[in-house]
Amino acid sequence: MSRPTRISRGDFLKAMGAASVAGSTLSVLACQPNTSAQSSGGGGSGSEEKALNLYNWSEYVAKSTIPNFQKQTGIKVTQDFFSSNEDLLAKLQAGGTGYDVIVPSDYMVSIMIKSDILEPLDMSKIPNFKNVGDNYKGLAYDPKNEYSVPYQWGTTGILYNRKKLGTLEPSWEPMWDPANKGMIGMLNDERETPGAALYKLGYSVNTTSKEQLDEAEAELKKQKPLLRGYFDSTQNRPSVINGDLLLGHVFSGDAFLALSSNEDLDYIIPEPAATRWTDNMCIPKGAEHPNNAHKFINYILGAKTGAALSNYTYYNTPNEAALPMIDSALKNLPGYKLEPSAFDRLQIIEDVGGATRAYSTLFTSVKSA
Amino acid sequence: MGKEGRGWTLRLAGLLSPVTIWLGLFFLVPLLLILAYSFGKSGVYGGITLGFYPGNYLKVFDPLYLEIIVRTLVIALLNTLLCLLIGYPLAYFITFKGGRYKHLLILLVMIPFWTSLLLRAYAWVVILGGDNGLANRLLQFLHITDHPLTLIFTPQAVVMGMVYSYLPFMILPLYAALEKFDWRLKEAAQDLGASRWHTFWRVTFPLSMPGVIAGSILVFIPSAGEFVIPNLLGGARTVMVGNLIQQQFLSARDWAFGSALAVMLAALLVGAIMFYVRRVGADKLEGV
Repeated sequence: MSRPTRISRGDFLKAMGAASVAGSTLSVLACQPNTSAQSSGGGGSGSEEKALNLYNWSEYVAKSTIPNFQKQTGIKVTQDFFSSNEDLLAKLQAGGTGYDVIVPSDYMVSIMIKSDILEPLDMSKIPNFKNVGDNYKGLAYDPKNEYSVPYQWGTTGILYNRKKLGTLEPSWEPMWDPANKGMIGMLNDERETPGAALYKLGYSVNTTSKEQLDEAEAELKKQKPLLRGYFDSTQNRPSVINGDLLLGHVFSGDAFLALSSNEDLDYIIPEPAATRWTDNMCIPKGAEHPNNAHKFINYILGAKTGAALSNYTYYNTPNEAALPMIDSALKNLPGYKLEPSAFDRLQIIEDVGGATRAYSTLFTSVKSA
Repeated sequence: MGKEGRGWTLRLAGLLSPVTIWLGLFFLVPLLLILAYSFGKSGVYGGITLGFYPGNYLKVFDPLYLEIIVRTLVIALLNTLLCLLIGYPLAYFITFKGGRYKHLLILLVMIPFWTSLLLRAYAWVVILGGDNGLANRLLQFLHITDHPLTLIFTPQAVVMGMVYSYLPFMILPLYAALEKFDWRLKEAAQDLGASRWHTFWRVTFPLSMPGVIAGSILVFIPSAGEFVIPNLLGGARTVMVGNLIQQQFLSARDWAFGSALAVMLAALLVGAIMFYVRRVGADKLEGV
């Protein structure tokens, strides 16, 4: 799975008009290092040079996040961007990246642990870990949080036009409803979209059972004639806003961005099950500034920093101390604040090892049907 | 070969060495690497173990993947034909009727090249998208339609996007070929009683063949490897080989199969072009 580059706040369409934004999008796509801060300014008084190299998704820190950290600690942060978990993995496997903090998603954390490319965290240096809510700790991909702490999280659900469709029950059925023919956009993602079919059938999103995968494939082939296509979440968002789609399969951050500017839209997290995902902070093996990395991770988990972050990215915060400071406009959007019981039906996409290719073949077969 | 001949060969080698080194480093080595990968075995988390596993190639013949390859070639061929149908009259017009605006018109053909293909594809998304999008508003303003049309994320949008992107590759070689055309031949044909239509088919068109061949190859090859436009303008409803290869290298983490697909695609393209050039006649390529 590759979550696409997040383009936050600014309307996607407007962004397309602005050459500067377009330029930076391109450089991200081309995987070119894109420096947002001046690089290391040379050694301070400590044992470690006052520098930190952060490798992050683009538009995934608030405007104040890095300047405030530099002000507080004197550590110069250099930020580069990646556009998919697979890019990140490939770059680390190639070695010698010099990154101190990386932000992989859940299933990628477990792949990285298995590939032995992460440094264990020293929790004594991350006292703010206490701010992390129980729902976001000890998840299957890193059961004891030995290597990772959560950065932001979100769900994958349906953004739809309430004005035209009326209020929908939380269910996957509308995405298979012939009445919506030609107005549905699913994610172009070989785990999320087969996942939607598996959820609808009542199976686990991490199944490796051939029969269940075959059923999911049949379900998706049935759905395909009703679809406008398979898109990135950042494509589905403007399409639902401008009326090209009535329903779009999206990540929650995209949904909240759309809802915050448009009252006709709504977001549902379908029953019986849906995905929740977490992006995490980790330190890769061979990081040159592990102390600074721990300082940065601890800083991000601070209440104020965490709130500022989520208020900017529009994704959910795992930081319970930050919750009271989340903008009320954001907090009150449908699907942002979840009942504790809602977590029971949210599943986390895990690494399925060799079965990854079965999912890949399944999705190719559906798309070329 | 005498002494003189050998000296000349040496000089030639000296002159060609920068090209040889460049091509060797940036073309041959990567190509051999892909070839070696295509016989390797993929690790579960990416990476590759070299060896001899022909299974990667057998997998290419799975009906699922064969269908994708055939569909890709059909789309590329269709795109080439459309570019030729649209590009030829345009190149002809610019060459023979362009007059003193000829160079300006050719410049206009080239200007889109100055921005990235990706940006231009996104621009089409903005133009064609939305009930209140640019294209829909224009169509309604001109009373061509009274309700918003479905323009984006359709097969037609993909064809349009591809023709738009690759048309200059067709026009430029055609222009180059027509530019050299000797007007007197046309006059001679007409003096000898040939109709305008006859003159075109028997004189002008055959003489522009080098441009037609070069343009067709320049359009066909990149369109067979296209993967951005089907996703951005077509909503990824159809998979092309380019998409499949990209997917093997990223999400499926199957570099060996991805390499095998790439080698097969390259072999097919070389085969198709050799067949085409032999069919049309390699001698016509002289002077391109």
